[in-house]
Amino acid sequence: MIAFLVTAGFAFLIYLVLTAGSGTIGLWSQVELIAGGVISLIVAAISRNYFCRMGDYRMANPLRWVILGFYAVIPFFIEMAHANIDVAYRVITGRIRPGIVKLSPGLKTDFGVLLLANSITLTPGTLTVGIDEETNDLYVHMINIGMGAEKKELFEPKDVFSLFQFPEWIRRIAE
Amino acid sequence: MIADTIIMVCLGIGLLFNALGVLGILRFPDVYTRLHAETKTTTFGTIFISLAVIVYGATRIMQGETAMYLSLSVHTFIALVALAFTNATGAHAIARAAHRSGQVPKPAVVDRLQEVRE
Repeated sequence: MIAFLVTAGFAFLIYLVLTAGSGTIGLWSQVELIAGGVISLIVAAISRNYFCRMGDYRMANPLRWVILGFYAVIPFFIEMAHANIDVAYRVITGRIRPGIVKLSPGLKTDFGVLLLANSITLTPGTLTVGIDEETNDLYVHMINIGMGAEKKELFEPKDVFSLFQFPEWIRRIAE
Repeated sequence: MIADTIIMVCLGIGLLFNALGVLGILRFPDVYTRLHAETKTTTFGTIFISLAVIVYGATRIMQGETAMYLSLSVHTFIALVALAFTNATGAHAIARAAHRSGQVPKPAVVDRLQEVRE
C-alpha cells in the first residue's frame, strides 16, 4: 500500500511539472489535474513493484531531495566545471597518464552507489568502468594519475576528487 | 539587455566545450580516454546551451508571455536532468562493455580491474 501511494505521488508530481502553465488553478487546468490523477493511479498500479523494489522508503523524505538538489547545483557543478577545464587543458596539450584504479567509498545503499557512480562518470577525467557488487568498491578509469600514485592498492576518495568529497554528500542524501 | 549577454555567454561556453569534445575524440589514444572527451565535455557544453534556452524562456515570461515559454523552460530543464543521467549511464555501459570484451586501456600506468579478472 505504501509502495502504491509513493509511486502514485511521484508520478503525479512528474505529470504536474510536465503540464505546468496549462490553466488557471495554480498553473494547471482542471482537465489536466483530473487526467494526471487518473493516469498516475494507473501507472502506480502497474509499476509499484519495480519502483519500490527494495522495500526501502528513505528517499520518500522530501528533505533528502532538497539536499540532492543542493548537491547537484553547488558542489557537483563546481567540481564538474573544475574538472572540465582540466580535461580541456589535457585535450589541447595531450599530457595524460591514464589507468584504472580501485576506489573504496564505503557506501551501503544501492541508490547511494548509483549516485556516486553517476557523479564520477559525469565528472570529466574519471569514469566508472566496473563495480564490485559485494563490497561496493568502484573501478574508476582516471585520465591523469599522479606520479607514483598508481602503486597504491586502494584509492581513497580524496585521491580522486579535488575540491569536494562526493561520498560524504551522498551519505547525507542516501543513507 | 543583461539577459541577452547571459544567453550569448552561455552559448559561447557551450559551443567551446562541445568543440573541445570533438577535438578530444581526434587526439586521445584509446576508447576510455576518448569516452572522457566525447561524453563529459559535450555534456557540460550541452548543459550551458540548455541554460541559455532556460534564460531565454525566463526573460520572455517576465515580459508577460507565460504558457508557451513556461513549458519551454520546464521541458528543457527536464531534458537536462534526463541528459545528465542517461549520459552517465551510457558512458559507464560503453566502458564496461569495452573492458569485458577485452579492450585493455592502452597506454595505462595501472589496471586494477584486469588484475581482478585474471
